Amino acid sequence: MITFILNNQLVKTSAASGIALLDFIRKEKQLKGSKLVCKEGECGACSILVGELTEDGVFYQSMTSCITPLVNAQGKHIVTIEGLNMETLSPVQKAMVDAYGTQCGFCTPGFVVSLSGYLLANETVSTAGIIGAIDGNICRCTGYKSIERAAENIIAQVQQDLSKISIDRLVAEKYIPTYFKNIPERLLAIQPIETTTNGTVKLGGGTDLYVQRPVAMYETEAMPIYDRSAMKGIEIKDGFCTFGAAETMGSLYRSELFKKALPDSDYIFKLLSSTQIRNMATIGGNLVNASPIGDFTILLLALDSTLILEKDGNRRSLALKEFYKGYKQIDLNGGEVLEKIRFKLPSNLTKFHFEKVSQRKYFDIASVNFASKFELKDGLIQDIHLAVGGVGPIPTYLHKTSAFLTGKILTEVLIKAAISTLYTEIAPISDARGSADYKRLLARQLFIAQFLAIEQADLVFEKIIISV
Amino acid sequence: MTSNSNIKKRKKSFNIDAPLHVTGRTKYLDDLSELAGTLFAKVYYSKIAYGHIESMDTSKAATMAGVIQIISYKDIPGENQVGGIIPDEPLLAEQEVHFIGMPILIIVAETELIAHKASQLIEVNIQAKEVIIDPIEAYQRKHFLSDPIALKMGDTDSSFLDCEYVFEGRAESGGQEHVYLEPQGAYAIPNGDGSIKIYSSTQGPTAVQRTVAKVLGVSMNKIEVDVNRIGGGFGGKEDQASPWAAMVALASFLTNRPVKYILERGEDLQMTGKRHPYRSRYKIGLDKNYKIVAFEGQYFQNGGAAADLSPAVLGRTLFHATNSYFIPNVTVDAYSCRTNLPPNTAFRGFGGPQGMYVIEAAIHHAARKIGIPAQLIQERNLLEEGSEFSYGQKTEACEAKNCWFQAKNRYDIGQLESDIKQYNADNKYTKKGLALMPICFGISFTNTMMNNARALVHVYSDGSVGISTGAIEMGQGVSSKMIQVAASNFGIEERQIKLETTNTTRVANTSPSAASATADLNGKALQDACKQIISRLKKLLVTKWDIPKSNVLIFDNNTITSKDNQHSILWKDLIRLAFQNRINLSAKGHYATPRINFDNTTRKGHPFAYHVYGTAITTCTVDCIRGNYEFDAVQIVHDFGTSMNRAVDLGQIEGGLAQGIGWMTMEELIYNEAGVLKSSNLANYKIPDIYSVPKEVAVHYLETAGSDLAILKSKAVGEPPLMYGIGAYFALCNAILAYNAQATITYVAPMTAEKVLMSLYS
Repeated sequence: MITFILNNQLVKTSAASGIALLDFIRKEKQLKGSKLVCKEGECGACSILVGELTEDGVFYQSMTSCITPLVNAQGKHIVTIEGLNMETLSPVQKAMVDAYGTQCGFCTPGFVVSLSGYLLANETVSTAGIIGAIDGNICRCTGYKSIERAAENIIAQVQQDLSKISIDRLVAEKYIPTYFKNIPERLLAIQPIETTTNGTVKLGGGTDLYVQRPVAMYETEAMPIYDRSAMKGIEIKDGFCTFGAAETMGSLYRSELFKKALPDSDYIFKLLSSTQIRNMATIGGNLVNASPIGDFTILLLALDSTLILEKDGNRRSLALKEFYKGYKQIDLNGGEVLEKIRFKLPSNLTKFHFEKVSQRKYFDIASVNFASKFELKDGLIQDIHLAVGGVGPIPTYLHKTSAFLTGKILTEVLIKAAISTLYTEIAPISDARGSADYKRLLARQLFIAQFLAIEQADLVFEKIIISV
Repeated sequence: MTSNSNIKKRKKSFNIDAPLHVTGRTKYLDDLSELAGTLFAKVYYSKIAYGHIESMDTSKAATMAGVIQIISYKDIPGENQVGGIIPDEPLLAEQEVHFIGMPILIIVAETELIAHKASQLIEVNIQAKEVIIDPIEAYQRKHFLSDPIALKMGDTDSSFLDCEYVFEGRAESGGQEHVYLEPQGAYAIPNGDGSIKIYSSTQGPTAVQRTVAKVLGVSMNKIEVDVNRIGGGFGGKEDQASPWAAMVALASFLTNRPVKYILERGEDLQMTGKRHPYRSRYKIGLDKNYKIVAFEGQYFQNGGAAADLSPAVLGRTLFHATNSYFIPNVTVDAYSCRTNLPPNTAFRGFGGPQGMYVIEAAIHHAARKIGIPAQLIQERNLLEEGSEFSYGQKTEACEAKNCWFQAKNRYDIGQLESDIKQYNADNKYTKKGLALMPICFGISFTNTMMNNARALVHVYSDGSVGISTGAIEMGQGVSSKMIQVAASNFGIEERQIKLETTNTTRVANTSPSAASATADLNGKALQDACKQIISRLKKLLVTKWDIPKSNVLIFDNNTITSKDNQHSILWKDLIRLAFQNRINLSAKGHYATPRINFDNTTRKGHPFAYHVYGTAITTCTVDCIRGNYEFDAVQIVHDFGTSMNRAVDLGQIEGGLAQGIGWMTMEELIYNEAGVLKSSNLANYKIPDIYSVPKEVAVHYLETAGSDLAILKSKAVGEPPLMYGIGAYFALCNAILAYNAQATITYVAPMTAEKVLMSLYS
């Protein structure tokens, strides 16, 4: 039995735990405002808000219900467009009407949900922030400019009052219906959210499983790990950052602790998928998925991360760079679960950099991604770890190139020389993400880009870039 | 009579649908509650691009619990034919398959899940044959969907001899997936008497009705098609909404149960056609003053496996082959090539963009070789009043130069260019580029026969009004415009008017909502209906008030007043009076665009009611390390005539532009040699997101007299702005050339991040 609150209604259902939440909402509950468009989290027309009880009240995040497993709704407050409707239009809805931010209308409920969700999730707001909140909502009609104008108007209205945004304030100003006020106590009554089943398919956020095999998931008894407490948490201790594999990209993005472990990482998170998908996708899922192009995988490889694998209470550690054995093959024994990930905190000398290029700059799968971590001591490169994705069957840790650069003085000649070593370690193929020639060129460019920000007199990148 | 000031007052921004959309209350096809007993259909389609069907085994699927029937072509009572222009496309494959995604069987089951599972149990053995996906290869083998066509003016052969400069080259543009967010689908409900009611997500209800009737072998009056609205069309549901409706109707006919089919996105991407990819050749000749003296073009259209709308699309490519320029000597030939891709179809611009891209490539090529800015050539060749197109029509109220020079002045092109020069001097790794894109787009269906419409108006006895037209609301705002037309004619408020669904039993024999002409055609028909009622009301008042027939009556503000202000009556009271006097308060309006004609033998005529003009200035920044890019601004001067609904029209400009930029930059359809679509989901086929569109889009409304053939003199606005997006391609070229003056420019669109990087380092 899965129990949750859907808008203003308590739901107890014995529907199959693996069905997509969107199907439950549209078919079982006949709430037709959330639209089915892509079934792969690529458009946001099915966006909903998922409220989770925390120590500070209910925390709301937007997600795409087309690839949200019903079981992950357990103990949560699920809000659809219908749950935001009141007798009169909310200021968000009115801003969309006034700015002519809707044409065919099929994407519109998703936009309204994401925009409203932004206000629910943030105490202070900005125009850049609210635009970021709709980075996973695709509109084919408007060209977005009218939606941008609506978003700007919403921010202008909210900022007329400089007090912090809260549920109470949003209710008072009729952004959301009054029933939101009672949700915390109603959620408390239906905890815990953790569910156990006899399933074998480990199910995190579902962002890949539901894209790859949606129909199979409908009839699979899954083992949900999305809310498993042992796989949650972010900790900084003894010079290491350790976090649970069920943490999502969104939770790391928001975490002040994680910002200490990976300073200036905002630009990276913005390159990773969309708000909705970041809110769902677990880091563990990204790693065990073994996609050769997983963004977070490349990032963690360059951080020289260690995995903590657990089975029946026994744990072993494994360097992430040893985890990948072949295309979609990983060193994970039967019954073993990726529990935690750990990496060394950067020092003052540490340089960390991440690059990603895709057909669409944001909200896309990389053609090539590239990350590096190294220390620069008296011009000498120390402790360097390079990783590149999209150029081989596995996420590639560049052993040889890293070794080649170690202990050497960073100069343009050195980088040029390293490129030939880099080429020996990559073997891209032509596919929907680009031709092999392009990926090879791009890998070179992104390798050079790792060092672009370093100010050093004898580094003249123009020479490298033009002449290689 | 409606006074001029009245029309002006009515020209306001308004979107009747917005409050429903933002609350999620709008009902689309899949939001209708299903009747009990509804069955679900699903297509089993070919996974082979070309081959002979050797055998089929449906026994496992047919005996699965919950499977009601598996339908093959043998079960079709009428014709197995869905071709719109040319009958060359079976609904279900018989002996051969011609593209991946070609429907072979229809599974009818109690649930969608059962239908899906059953489809996986079907085994069809297909003997594969040699596949052609390249239009030039098809051309060489003379695989045509229709006869080649040409337009000719002057004499290019002799003119080239006198040219100072002559350049030849090739240009290619890619296909484009519509990505209407609402997928294709239909829901058929049998009435029990052999007639069927169909809810369809279509731009062309009559096309659906005609196709279904043909497939079922029944007369058209047995088929009712109803459309409330659709969640985007962009041309993709002009002709290609019909097969799904035919399938559910067929299944419903055979099972006598309601049957529904909503395509999954992956099915939609695999089975439906897209914008036509083109491969083209050009030859351009200029005199020493950069006047284009002669232009030749050959256009090889990748039509896919069946004609669909390809012949008509091909025609428009030639009509727009010289874009907004006057060229005295033109020879353009076009070939609709049959390949093993899904039949390509209408997409906003309808072949026009593909033609315009080629002339712009030719101009860019010439300018680069001569060593002058492309805009110098563009500017010296713009259309003028009375300029003749290669199809014989001459411009009237030509705004080409007005748009161009207003754009240059208003947005201070000199400053823009010097800023870019300075930026490029200051920045090593990022470069900016700029391009101007003038457009000229003809309004009307190029098939003259289709330029007509009808509307039905009921004034109810309480004074409220119901209107029906043949127009389909798909986001373009035609519902709001229709309500505005009725409101302005009757002098009442928009809220007193209800727009009914588009239904073939109320408005018959409609043309699809397409060619940017929907508001013009249906609005004019609606105006005709309103005027008939007004004329009856006027007759009544002339008698009642005993005034001369010549006395003008003003319908405004819910009141009818004689011009001398001696008499007045409230709208409500007048309608009650008319009702009591047994006046007919309903009317059917009809409109057929006057003047237009085209002779397919001489290839000359006057195919367009009028032309729409505009100019866009596009500025971009290219990251020369990574090859990705962004658009800083697109600044537009657009000829709206006198816009009847500025906000709705602005939305068409901004949305069309984004779609055009998408076509020219990131939207890339990738087929392998076997005809397999590799970009077959939205993870692999990317359309613009909020960060991809230009940071700034400025639109200046060029207020002109408009055209009498435009509804309320408000010019058509649906398709023209898409072609501003072509400027994006050339702005990127110019940024690349600022980094590497020797860069190879291939004129192969789209200009993806890959092509940019490869070009930067070529």
